[in-house]
Amino acid sequence: MWKERDVPEQTVARFEQVVLPHMDAAYNLARWLTRNDHDAEDLVQESYLRAFKFFGSFQGANARGWLLTIVRNTCYTWFRENRPQELTTSFDENIHSTEADPFDPEKLLLQSESGQLLKQAMEELPLEFREVLTLRELEGLSYKEIAVIAGIPPGTVMSRLARARSRLKQGLTKLVNKER
Amino acid sequence: MTCTDIQTAIHGYLDGELDPLRNLEIEQHLQHCAVCSQTYKADQALQTAVKTGAQYYSAPADLRKRIQSSIRQVAKSEPIFPAMPWRWLAVAASVAVVVILAWALSPRLHGLDTEQLVAQEVVSSHVRSLMVDHVADVMSSDQHTVKPWFTGKLDFSPPVKNLAKEGFPLVGGRLDYLDNRAVAALVYQRQNHFINLFIWPSSRDTHVNTKALARQGYHLFHWTQSGMTYWAVSDLNTTGLQEFVQLVQQ
Repeated sequence: MWKERDVPEQTVARFEQVVLPHMDAAYNLARWLTRNDHDAEDLVQESYLRAFKFFGSFQGANARGWLLTIVRNTCYTWFRENRPQELTTSFDENIHSTEADPFDPEKLLLQSESGQLLKQAMEELPLEFREVLTLRELEGLSYKEIAVIAGIPPGTVMSRLARARSRLKQGLTKLVNKER
Repeated sequence: MTCTDIQTAIHGYLDGELDPLRNLEIEQHLQHCAVCSQTYKADQALQTAVKTGAQYYSAPADLRKRIQSSIRQVAKSEPIFPAMPWRWLAVAASVAVVVILAWALSPRLHGLDTEQLVAQEVVSSHVRSLMVDHVADVMSSDQHTVKPWFTGKLDFSPPVKNLAKEGFPLVGGRLDYLDNRAVAALVYQRQNHFINLFIWPSSRDTHVNTKALARQGYHLFHWTQSGMTYWAVSDLNTTGLQEFVQLVQQ
């Protein structure tokens, strides 16, 4: 008559086996989105508790993508509540504006602090550009996987990556020239 | 194919996401267009720089531990009354419901007055809250969390006390419906016994001194204070419940 509400040990074990291994991916995404350790840790922990709660609805195909979708949504909810100004991106950048001052990879690599410059330039990008770049370049996900996580069509993933890379080139060029 | 056409598609080419036909078109364009070819090389270099130079943040070890233990905690904390004798309670509760139903369906036969009817409602509400595993809508031992939770849900503000020091920790709060109105239900605990304290504004000016009642093994206390009607119900013994009532009344 009474239903046992205790979550069975085997469910916890399966969750640990299937979802826990993707914690680095979860943390890396949250860290690049929030740009600080403290908030990233809180959001990853919150995401994991949500994932555990909804583990029953997980179909079992792609645990990393499933978890990253939860992390992404948890982060966006946090942004809406804490940094709403970051959700409004201006799209006035011109994709060809780099031509006047082309991005020179040699110049970047000559910098002793090239890693630091790259980090700074990436962190200066709008939220949704940091999102696609992290998922594509650091997580190595396909357009299809990114589309599911970000809730946009695959074609939009491509155009967003195009704009993100263009903005990143502009930002890097500016930083490299300043350093010189 | 013009340069503008491939501006975006060149990224699909770079990422290996295009179909073979589109790939071929881009390749041919790049062979003939120095500007696009240079842009492509820059994008390629940028991609390499990001892939190899941008930090991949690994989860800190203590976060890993924290998450693992919080998940185990959540998994364990699901049952609300782990120490309850389930089977006994189930039997007692179903007997109580049958008795209550029989009673409630024939109020005239028993000549119940309003107070007795409310007492019945209080007992069934108490039993129901334990049966459906839904003692509280807001689970908190902090009165400063529970009290504001009622704001906007009720047309009055129930006084909320935490009596943890006195041995009656606050478990949480819940909305309930009694005496034809929405009321506040505060849930307290003493060992394995739960106490439901129902509060709503008195509809009559009448003052009720503390009155003890008993129904199907449950003890009830009823009183009015500062314009509010109070009902406390529990399977706790009379002495224990009386002690609780005195603390609430202070």
